Amino acid sequence: MANTTPPGNLLMTTVEKAANWARTRSMFPATFGLACCAIEMMATGAGHYDLARFGMEVFRASPRQADLMIVAGRVSQKMAPVLRQVYDQMPDPKWVVSMGACASSGGMFNNYALVQGVDQIVPVDIYVPGCPPGPQSLMHGVLTLHDKIMSGEIVR
Amino acid sequence: MTDEKTIDATEATETVDLWVAGTEEPQFQPTDEGQQEMFVEETDERLAKQLGSVIDDDYLFDDDVEDDERMIVNMGPQHPSTHGVLRLQIEMEGEVIRRTKPIIGYLHTGMEKTAEQLTFGQGPTNVTRMDYLAPLHGELAYSLAVERLLDIEVPERAAAIRVLMTELNRISSHLVALATNGMDIGALSMMLYGFRERESILAFFEKTTGLRMNHNYIRPGGVAADLPPGWKDDVAAILADLPVRLAQYDDLLKENPIWLSRTQGVGVITQEEAKAFSITGPILRATGVNWDLRKAFPYSGIENYEFDVPVGENGDVYDRYRMRVLEIIESLKIVEQAMDRMPKGDYRIDDRKVTPPPRARIDESMEALIHHFKLFTEGFKVPAGETYVAVESPRGELGCYMVSDGEANPYRMHTRAPSFYNLQALPITMADSLMADTIATIASMDPVMGDVDR
Repeated sequence: MANTTPPGNLLMTTVEKAANWARTRSMFPATFGLACCAIEMMATGAGHYDLARFGMEVFRASPRQADLMIVAGRVSQKMAPVLRQVYDQMPDPKWVVSMGACASSGGMFNNYALVQGVDQIVPVDIYVPGCPPGPQSLMHGVLTLHDKIMSGEIVR
Repeated sequence: MTDEKTIDATEATETVDLWVAGTEEPQFQPTDEGQQEMFVEETDERLAKQLGSVIDDDYLFDDDVEDDERMIVNMGPQHPSTHGVLRLQIEMEGEVIRRTKPIIGYLHTGMEKTAEQLTFGQGPTNVTRMDYLAPLHGELAYSLAVERLLDIEVPERAAAIRVLMTELNRISSHLVALATNGMDIGALSMMLYGFRERESILAFFEKTTGLRMNHNYIRPGGVAADLPPGWKDDVAAILADLPVRLAQYDDLLKENPIWLSRTQGVGVITQEEAKAFSITGPILRATGVNWDLRKAFPYSGIENYEFDVPVGENGDVYDRYRMRVLEIIESLKIVEQAMDRMPKGDYRIDDRKVTPPPRARIDESMEALIHHFKLFTEGFKVPAGETYVAVESPRGELGCYMVSDGEANPYRMHTRAPSFYNLQALPITMADSLMADTIATIASMDPVMGDVDR
């Protein structure tokens, strides 16, 4: 038995699992606060709820350093091109969390000013319901995204 | 205020005027905002410019300016420190800002139009999402306007609950202002502390209203629900903790030399400018004007509470920060008084034409069922007329102008958003200041873009 075991500790895994594990453990969200949900997003990152537990406390000001966009709030027609540009500037692989009712579906504002769901502009991975979703809801959405990444393939 | 350390605004600009060696004596143009004129005809191109999807660097081609001396810096709308989606076009000469052009509308939600489609009973759902850091103040202004049109008085307990909740909301809003102000200037621990204290108030809000934000709690006719059992213990815990913690944060910032040099004498607004731009709230009071709607036009019986209105001197970033700290302390006094003398009675008016019957009555009374059905399908009708009611929100005069044509929906609802007016003063505040002070100035204005754009 001692002859067959290589020296030292050894972990066996696939490249895919290792890459996915690394991706979930160091997600950098872009600071993309729009409205009420942005305050809850900040509260999630602050001390009480502490998003740092999931390696996500570093909100990146530049989209080029971020791989997760949390669309926190209502997206107006005027903001839509900006949002798309920020998304395009993010390097692959990238994910989008649609936070709150307004970002997901337009929420209670079915009028001339709002984009009725951010999925009309960018592909959305996770929808977090609520108006605004509490920090627990956002964290649940983020953890669901982690599961999704872990179960997915490397090449998207 | 510690005025001896404060630098005079004009003196500061003279010392920071940087000029490249070998050039002529600087001949700075007076910084105005350029000609304000409406476009004669709307073309697609012009519309795109106005909507912000095409950026027009027209300043670059001003005839009287050397091309290589002035630079346009675009800041936002996606920027970590602009408090939402504010976009600034800043015209700079070296490190010195000459002109600033705030561009708003990136969060325009059409809420005033939506308000015309919602009944008076549903209206608070809408206005609470305007100033999302002070949702209860928006609801209060709306509800007071509807109540004035209906000519009804809410019960004493409802008024006291309103005072209690709005003052707690003022504290939580100011805590966020302190947190973001600290974060923007680099005092990152202030951000963690501010949000920590806010959590204790939000926990109470969640217990009372069911939501952490966007409560829809204050409604025409009273409040949505009575205070929960054991509310006094929760409020007492807040009252016990917060002053101690606040003193600690004051120790952290008040005499911190870095904080002082980043804030004192920065972003000065004079009294005249503040009045000319219709600035209200802590920014106006920081210039030395004693103006608070809670004293000038009291609402919800707030004239019966004892509190002072803190007034500053210099109108700089430091004074605005001090105003917010002192206002938290004053609000704590009001909360304590409201807790001690909370009257007994109904938490909403006993008028079945305005407020729904208790849930238990619906099972026993046909009349109650009809009232309930009517209220939640077509709403209640409000006599024709117009009114304007303002409350003192954490950011200033939050007014609600309402026109009713006798139907169940408002004919027109307009909100006088304090952030919108306060933001107007940004160009004159930032003119001839340093680029590094931009963030400090914006943060001290504490604009909420949901309030500005609506």
